[in-house]
Amino acid sequence: MADGIVAVTEQREGKFRKVSYEAVSEGRRLADALGTKLTAVVMGSGVQGLASELAAFGADRVLVLDDPELADFRVEAYTEALTQALAAEPPAVVLFGATVQGKDLAARFAARQDAGLAMDCTAIHLQDGALVFTRPMFGGKILAEVKIAGSPQIAAVRPNVMRIERRPREAAVETPALSLGAIPTTVVEQRLDASGRIELSEADIIVSGGRGTGGNFAPIEELAAALGAAVGASRSAVDEGWRKHSDQVGQTGKVVSPTLYIACGISGAIQHLAGMSSSKVIVAINKDPEAPIFSKADYGVVGDMFQILPKLTEAVKALKG
Amino acid sequence: MNIVVLVKQVPDTESLVQIAADGVSIRKEDVKWIMNPYDELAVEEALRIREARGGTVTVVSLGGARVQETIRTALAMGADKGVHIQDPAAEGGDAPATARILAAALKTIPFDLILCGQRGVDEDNGQVGPAVAERLGIPHLALVVKVELLDGRVRGHRLVEGGTVVVEAPLPALITTQRGLNEPRYASLPGIMKAKKKPLEVKTLADLGVDPATVGAAGRKILVQALKLPPTRKAVRMITGETPEAVAAELVRVLHDEARLI
Repeated sequence: MADGIVAVTEQREGKFRKVSYEAVSEGRRLADALGTKLTAVVMGSGVQGLASELAAFGADRVLVLDDPELADFRVEAYTEALTQALAAEPPAVVLFGATVQGKDLAARFAARQDAGLAMDCTAIHLQDGALVFTRPMFGGKILAEVKIAGSPQIAAVRPNVMRIERRPREAAVETPALSLGAIPTTVVEQRLDASGRIELSEADIIVSGGRGTGGNFAPIEELAAALGAAVGASRSAVDEGWRKHSDQVGQTGKVVSPTLYIACGISGAIQHLAGMSSSKVIVAINKDPEAPIFSKADYGVVGDMFQILPKLTEAVKALKG
Repeated sequence: MNIVVLVKQVPDTESLVQIAADGVSIRKEDVKWIMNPYDELAVEEALRIREARGGTVTVVSLGGARVQETIRTALAMGADKGVHIQDPAAEGGDAPATARILAAALKTIPFDLILCGQRGVDEDNGQVGPAVAERLGIPHLALVVKVELLDGRVRGHRLVEGGTVVVEAPLPALITTQRGLNEPRYASLPGIMKAKKKPLEVKTLADLGVDPATVGAAGRKILVQALKLPPTRKAVRMITGETPEAVAAELVRVLHDEARLI
């Protein structure tokens, strides 16, 4: 009988992604609600030292999957390692963080288990003894509430949504033996930004620009720097070549859930509005008082972003001292 | 090189999505249907590879009769042939069921490389590509923005948070495509004319040896309880002032003192 909750974490160079704490915290809450145990999984090479940190977020047990073959993320190796490690005590629920890596691993792992996966969940709750997973579809135009038949029930939780809770306890640390065999893929090169730029999908605050920037994102960059925010862009700004594809917020780009989303010079195409609609608070700054963006915003400013944003940046700097 | 592209027909991203009367599906009437934008990248990349190295591009899609429009679009872009999997028992399936059917179809089509979009912009699952690869027992590279073919291997530049990772896999392999890979061509008028004569095979679940009980609405693992619209916000509060300074100061005051966000 499958039992227990498993939260699979993600670390890069020995540091957990924030969503990993979110997944473990959510796993703790589900384990309490279902009266079962929470296992956190750490994966990588030379990651033994990271196990204790997860006990602080409520793991009863930490499985450390430590193998030279897991040094770099390769989905086949990670799927195989996780499958081997969980085979002895099949869990009822497996949670991942819905990052690039987490989604990739969750998808391949679910297929290997022939199990159902609720991707990019924004809420999980218990209803009449069964878990109900809430997940946005159509880039956020629709919210689906789904149950998962069979076992395990697998979910990837969207970054920045689940509450992080410190719930320290003693955790048993186990290092299962792995036999990964030959992995067909090789990582040839990794070019990772070391500048500490904040990733869009994990950012607490996003300042976004659209056609109204005319291609000049400098005032947006400056405000974002003052706020410690990430910079996003509308599809038209990306199509114009002003920003990279990876900056695009919307149904055909990234669907984001920051606490504060500041849309500058973005009129508000349906697919953009969908992609940022789950932000907690939305501020729109636009010249056109009729722009659709104002219908989705909490606060609106009608005006020229090139006049407003520099003053806003000054005011934020003054506030932060 | 035999390249297979998996394509999906989805509602236009510029349109509103409405919930059907049953409360668990979307309204399919009066919807403009398009090829999933990520799949367009896959078709384009397949054509570029064929143009550089020769071979055949086969487009495979699952769905009702209207899906043939999307297959014809891919043929008009330049793909060589289409396979349409159409079966009433396949309707209403979820991502695992779709992967099961597509993988079965791929056992009947020779391939060296499979390309598909990284996710459908309808259900936003991002599961079908990896699940097809898993079922076929081949490697997959997700979110690829550059494809390089080497001798018997494929190299994919994958977009990850804050950078790019270059990964290499032996062929056959599956690649899921991400924006930035290419700019898909439009179908030309001669292309559209030619597409009408290109082979388009229709297959049923029986043709593929798929047990109907394992797919479609009957085989769902993801059981939709309800579809809802996102909660509506209170009416927008406009921030005004005599000067840009005054507007900025008031906005910062509101975000700091009232919303407590900065």
